[in-house]
Order: sequence, then structure tokens, then C-alpha cells
Amino acid sequence: MTVHEAVKTYCLRLGDDALILGHRLSEWTSRAPFLEEDIALTNVALDFVGRARLFYQYAAELSGGDVTEDTFAYTRDVREFSNLLICELPRGDFAFTIVRQFLFDSLALLFMEKLKHSDDSRLAGIAAKAEKEATYHVRRGREWMLRLGDGTNESHARAQKAVNGLWGYTNEMFEVDALTATLIEAGIAVDTEALRAPWFESVSEVLTEATLAVPNTDWSVEGGRRGIHTDDLGFLLAELQFMQRAYPGLRW
Amino acid sequence: MKDNLIPLLPEEEMQRRQRRAQSEWPELWRLLDHVMDPEIPVISLYELGVLQDVQLENDVVVLTLTPTYIGCPALQIMEEDARKALTDAGYPDVRVVKTLSPAWTTAWLTSAAREKLQRYGVAAPLDGVAAATCPQCGSADVEAVSEFGSTACKALYRCAACLEPFDLLKAI
Repeated sequence: MTVHEAVKTYCLRLGDDALILGHRLSEWTSRAPFLEEDIALTNVALDFVGRARLFYQYAAELSGGDVTEDTFAYTRDVREFSNLLICELPRGDFAFTIVRQFLFDSLALLFMEKLKHSDDSRLAGIAAKAEKEATYHVRRGREWMLRLGDGTNESHARAQKAVNGLWGYTNEMFEVDALTATLIEAGIAVDTEALRAPWFESVSEVLTEATLAVPNTDWSVEGGRRGIHTDDLGFLLAELQFMQRAYPGLRW
Repeated sequence: MKDNLIPLLPEEEMQRRQRRAQSEWPELWRLLDHVMDPEIPVISLYELGVLQDVQLENDVVVLTLTPTYIGCPALQIMEEDARKALTDAGYPDVRVVKTLSPAWTTAWLTSAAREKLQRYGVAAPLDGVAAATCPQCGSADVEAVSEFGSTACKALYRCAACLEPFDLLKAI
């Protein structure tokens, strides 16, 4: 695989993470617990879809030909998506959404801080913008974690259940495979393994402050980067891609 | 003796203003001064910092724009409005270049732009949220209701003095 193709694959991973997670957030539209939160969740979803667009546009340019951002979003099937599993899990209850988002955003901030120094100027440019938004996401996430964890008995129980259920999906966020290793060598990709410790430190600090227990589990799931997904992604894509599949080539 | 505080502009913003000041096509810049932010129609593309450069290359107008927030849907509309303004003025060939860096920041807004925003009803404090004042009554007794307001770039605030809500342009 050439560096060119490797960067494209890397780009698609980051775009897929953003698109799938953005879609899950958008599922709260008109269903959030109260109006301000409805607006907040949909705004964060917009940030993620925008991030996906930037990565997909770059990947499309690297592909050449007729490939556009829409090709990646609307015409690939489950096995072709390379997002992390944590992104595709159903939105669950409000606590689950908040905890998942917080765990992901905590890494995203650290990640973008590093990616903005990438030798690939386009990725660096995207990261510089994404980092600003990630700062907001983490701040918002932290406030909610404290409110839910250090809240009522019910909010605490739901938050703890979410933390326990999600913990095993966090390992995949840090794994470095052969492709990423090559790009790290080339000064393009981020060494996520090196972010594991700082991530754990900042996340466990918030969990503790929120009176939530840091799970002591040793199970972990992975496969997303290789196209091995949960059932949930299939249903998500069926909804996301329905219009393009039903009317191929459809344009606004 | 009073402190004479001259607000310093970021380097890239200095350069942008110089590009305009030294441009061979000042009429193009002036034309685009009428293209406003669709959500905040008192602020132009230039004042927002979205319009980075405009050049004329063999009858083709080359516009360089930079997005504010990544997911901002208004950028698309601003681009279309800019094209229309140019076409109507006799420049049908327009090429838009989107640049991500230098990354847009609210630090580029002029104090004139901030005052316009404030008069329009959107707080845009220079020194961050600590200096926010109510656009309606001017009181500094304000509180944040939500990090997200009517658009991605704004937060929702409330004035404890006059009890009116208002949007605040978030500093990034």
C-alpha cells in the first residue's frame, strides 16, 4: 500500500468515526429530555457530521475520479465501514449517550491536539479546527458527568451502568495496527497507544469527582477498524442510506 | 496617566487586512461587503473573517473563504450569495477556494463588528464570557443557560437584571 492509499484509509477511519457518532447524536433530535439539551445534542451532532465531511472530502480527493464525500457516506455497506465499535452502539438512555460521548470526546481532544502537528497539512488543518470544538465537547461532557454521577440515585445508577457497559469498548480507541504504525513513522498519524495513559488519567479524575467507580474489567471488544461490526451498524446504515439506495444518484 | 491599551490583532488577521488595503481590486472587496451572514444579517463576510482574499485572474474571480465552525451550514449560503453578488455585478466566472488554515477565530472580529453584533442582540465580548453584557439593557449580571444557542456558534445566556434571554457569540 502506498503512503497515498494509507492516508486515504486513515482518513476514512476518522471520517467514519465522526459520521457514525454524529448520526447517533442526531437521533436525539426532537427526543431530548428538554429543549436546551435537544439543541445542544444536535449542535454537537452537526460538529461531528461537519468533521466527517472534511475527512471524506479529503479522502475523495485522494481517490480521484468521480468519488465524492457522498460516495463514502451513502454507498458503502457495513463491511466497508472502519469506524470504532463504540461509535455505532445505539444511543441508549440519556446517561449512556452522555457517558459514551464523554469517553470518546476525551480521547478526541488529545488526538486532535496531536494531529494538528501532522506532516500532512490537510489533516493538520482539519485537526486544528476540530480541536477547538473538541474543547467545548469535553467541557460540556464533564459538566454532565458530574451532574449525572453526583446527582440523584437514579441518575447515578444509570451513569454507572453506562460506564460499566462502555468500558470494554474503549480499548479499541487506542489500538495501533500496521497501517497506523506506518503512518506514525511517516509523521502523519497519531500514536493513540501513547494517549492511553493521559486519557485514563483525565477520565478517571472526572469519574471519581462524579462519585462513579472506574471499572475494573478485562474484557474488550474490537473489530471496527477491520470492518467487523455489531448488528447495530447495519440498522443504522439502513436508515442513513435509505434515500440514496432507493433513488440512486438522488440530488437535492 | 491612563493606560493606553492598544488591542493587538493576530498576525494572520493583520495580513488579511493588508491584503484588502493593498488589493488591485478594491471594488471587488466593496462588492462583497454586501454579502451578509444569513443568521446575523448585520455582519458581512469580510467582517466575520470568512472572506480571506479575492483576486481577479483572467476574468475569473478567485474567492478564498474559511469556514467558521466545521459544521456551519451558513457557509454554503454565504458562498452562493457571494457568487450571486459577483454575477449580478458582471463577474459570472467565480472560483471558490476553501482554506482551513489559519483556523478561524473570533479574535479576528473588529470592534466595530462586535458593536454591530451587540446592537443586533448578540453579545460578542472581546475579553471572553467574563466580560459579557446584556445587549438589551447593558447589565453585566448575566448567566449562561446553555453552551448551545440558536446556532452552533452561539451560546444561550440570560440577563438577571432585565430577565431577557440573548445569544452570545462563543469565542474560539
